[in-house]
Order: sequence, then structure tokens, then C-alpha cells
Amino acid sequence: MELSTLHYLVVAAALFVIGTIGVLTRRNVVIILMSIELILNAVNLNLVAFSRLYNGLQGQIFSIFIITDAAAEAAVGLGILIAFFRNKETVNVDEIDLLKF
Amino acid sequence: MTLAACFITAASTAVPAAPLMAPVATAFFFYLLSVMAIGSALLVITCRNAVHSALALITTLLALAGLYLMLYAPFVAGVQIVVYAGGIMVLFLFVIMLVNLERAMKEEQFSKQWLAGVAAALCLGGVFAEVYRKGESLFPGTPLRLAEGQNTQQIGIGLYVNYMLPFEIASLLMLVAILGAVIMAKKRI
Repeated sequence: MELSTLHYLVVAAALFVIGTIGVLTRRNVVIILMSIELILNAVNLNLVAFSRLYNGLQGQIFSIFIITDAAAEAAVGLGILIAFFRNKETVNVDEIDLLKF
Repeated sequence: MTLAACFITAASTAVPAAPLMAPVATAFFFYLLSVMAIGSALLVITCRNAVHSALALITTLLALAGLYLMLYAPFVAGVQIVVYAGGIMVLFLFVIMLVNLERAMKEEQFSKQWLAGVAAALCLGGVFAEVYRKGESLFPGTPLRLAEGQNTQQIGIGLYVNYMLPFEIASLLMLVAILGAVIMAKKRI
């Protein structure tokens, strides 16, 4: 059986949906950030698969930019988490409601 | 035949076939890596212990690196392993160790609106399925085989010649992220 691009797209879609479920249902901020990494990886897989399909390198180069973005996002997000944990002693998103009145 | 002669004959037979790589993408490896990626992704969002989630996420990232190799993107696969599994995941584990998760582990893991969240995400999955079912004929189903070599070299040329400005913007983004992380982690904000 020949592997087509659609196979990779289906795997990427499954990873994207799993990451979305993680973001929407978990309470722990660390695991929400990991789910965001899952979503970004699903997008990367899509880009590399299309790069292979159209026989160019643009998709691979763009996926490297996305990896850069993911690193920046993880650094800032975890920094915010540490700063918040120092003040409130919690990592649950539904207890982070200072802006709610 | 001596060992050296073996090497020489192997080298001489291997060299002429250099321009075209033999297809290594077999369906078995694809399904193995996909099941690994999706299964450990499910573990990431269901584990109670954040360290177990991080380890499952590392497995997902390594399986995805294997998929990149099957798509003839060796440089992206290497970056995936070095930057993601090596750098970002170490950052995650570091923060998990720094933040006291004992209390969070004993509490309820899923938020109150988990049913709505799962329903929304499954609707998104339905949209994906419908789009892929309807649009399958839109992109050509070319068999995935035979890439050219020198992938890393060409990506380097692309990054430093054609995509110079985005590359510099990405480096600026990294600088801002470093500064932001340092400011966030200071004693008094």
C-alpha cells in the first residue's frame, strides 16, 4: 500500500485534536503548555508533509520558524507560571482569576 | 574475501546510486510511529503526574522526528530532537521540579467544563474529517519517494538567502523571549 500525504495529514489532525482537548479540559498550567506544544507539532507535521508533496523546502523552513516560536512561547509561559506560583501557590487555571470580578 | 575488500566493493556499488535515495518509507514504520505519537499524546493529556506527561511528550516528539525522516526532512528531524526533546523538554522538566506539584496531583485534574471542551474539540475533528474527505482529490496523490540529497545545505541556503528577514525577526523574537523570561523570573516584578 502506498503512503500518501493524506496519511500524514490525518495523523496531524489527530494530534491537533488531542492537543485541543488537553488545552480545554486540563487544569494544570504545565500540561496545558505541553498540549500547546502538541498542537504546534501537528502543524509542523502538516507543513513538512506538504513540503514533501510539492517538492519544495518552504514548508521545512517554515517549520523551523515554528519550532523557534514554540521555544520562545515555552520560555515566556513557564516564566509567567513561576512568577505566578511564587505569588499564589497554585498551578490550576481555574484558580487564576485575578481579573474576574 | 577479506573485510577490507568487502568495504571496497560495498563502497563501489553504493557510490553510483547516490543521486536517488532508496525509499525507506514503508507503511509498517509509518503506522508504528503514528501509533506511538498518538498513543503517547493521549498519555500526555491524561496522566496525573506532570513528569509522566513530560516523558510521554518526549516520546511523541521522537516519533514525530521519525515521521520527518520518512518525509525526507532529515534537518527538521534533527532540529526536532535537539531543540524540542533536548531543549524545550528540559525547560519543562526544570519548571516541574521547581514548582511544587504535590498538591495539584491530589486535586481534580480536569476542569468543570471538560465535557464542553471535549465536544468542541471533537467538532473540530469532524471538520477536519469532512475537509479531508471532500478535498482528497484536490491535492495530487503523488507517491512519497525519491528526494534529492543535500537537504541541510539547501535549508541553510534558504534560511540565509531567501528567508533572511524572517530569520532575523526570529532571532529578535528569541531575544525578546529571553528578556521576558528573565524579567518574569525576577524576585520582585
